[in-house]
Amino acid sequence: MIAPMATVDLLYFARLREALGIERERLVLPEGVATTGELRAWLAARGGAWASELDARRQVRMAVNHDLAGAGQRLSDGDEVAVFPPVTGG
Amino acid sequence: MPVRVQTEDFDISAEILALRAGRSDVGAVASFIGVMRDFNEGSGVTELTLEHYPGMTEKSLQQIVDEAHGRWRLQDALVVHRVGCMRPADQIVLVVALSAHREEALAACAFIMDFLKTRAPFWKKERTPEGERWVESRASDDAAAGRWLPGDPR
Repeated sequence: MIAPMATVDLLYFARLREALGIERERLVLPEGVATTGELRAWLAARGGAWASELDARRQVRMAVNHDLAGAGQRLSDGDEVAVFPPVTGG
Repeated sequence: MPVRVQTEDFDISAEILALRAGRSDVGAVASFIGVMRDFNEGSGVTELTLEHYPGMTEKSLQQIVDEAHGRWRLQDALVVHRVGCMRPADQIVLVVALSAHREEALAACAFIMDFLKTRAPFWKKERTPEGERWVESRASDDAAAGRWLPGDPR
């Protein structure tokens, strides 16, 4: 059975937005990418700044639909997924 | 229990008076004001730009305030956080907590700030004589937030 294609909106903030040179993109989840952690690894595999910024050793936070998400959170069609460095407000 | 994200400055007295309006059950007003300083990590800082994640920022601030209401008996609480461009000595953030007694108001105020600094999606970029740089998060902020979590030894 073929699973329906899930599309997510990806948003990048602060240092990551600048280093990656992108603010947002719409992505059809590739095969084998079902969670935030898998998505991060897939994005890092784009190479260049993606590889260095999203390397597993770097502190990167992700949020799904405006809630902070752990690496194991499952993604669904229409999700808004944000990728950003640790926060520094206040 | 309002939360606001805005570019404009805020008037501390007006904010506190508005929050207290019509209440006579408040015995303690605790507040915290975060202000921009002109130095950080060994450099002079001449300008600060605050970025946020519209939608998520308001939601996370509201969740933090709701959590404070669950932990302490508060009559009300307020968070105002500015975004955009700021100069040294400018006000950045205001937290106010109202309670019958000072212990709860002071604790709630500290809790809201500790969680804001580690959970709410804001990012600071500062201009120094050496150029612009993104502010790095501090381990001490994580430790400050951790003291409110169960199992923390302190």
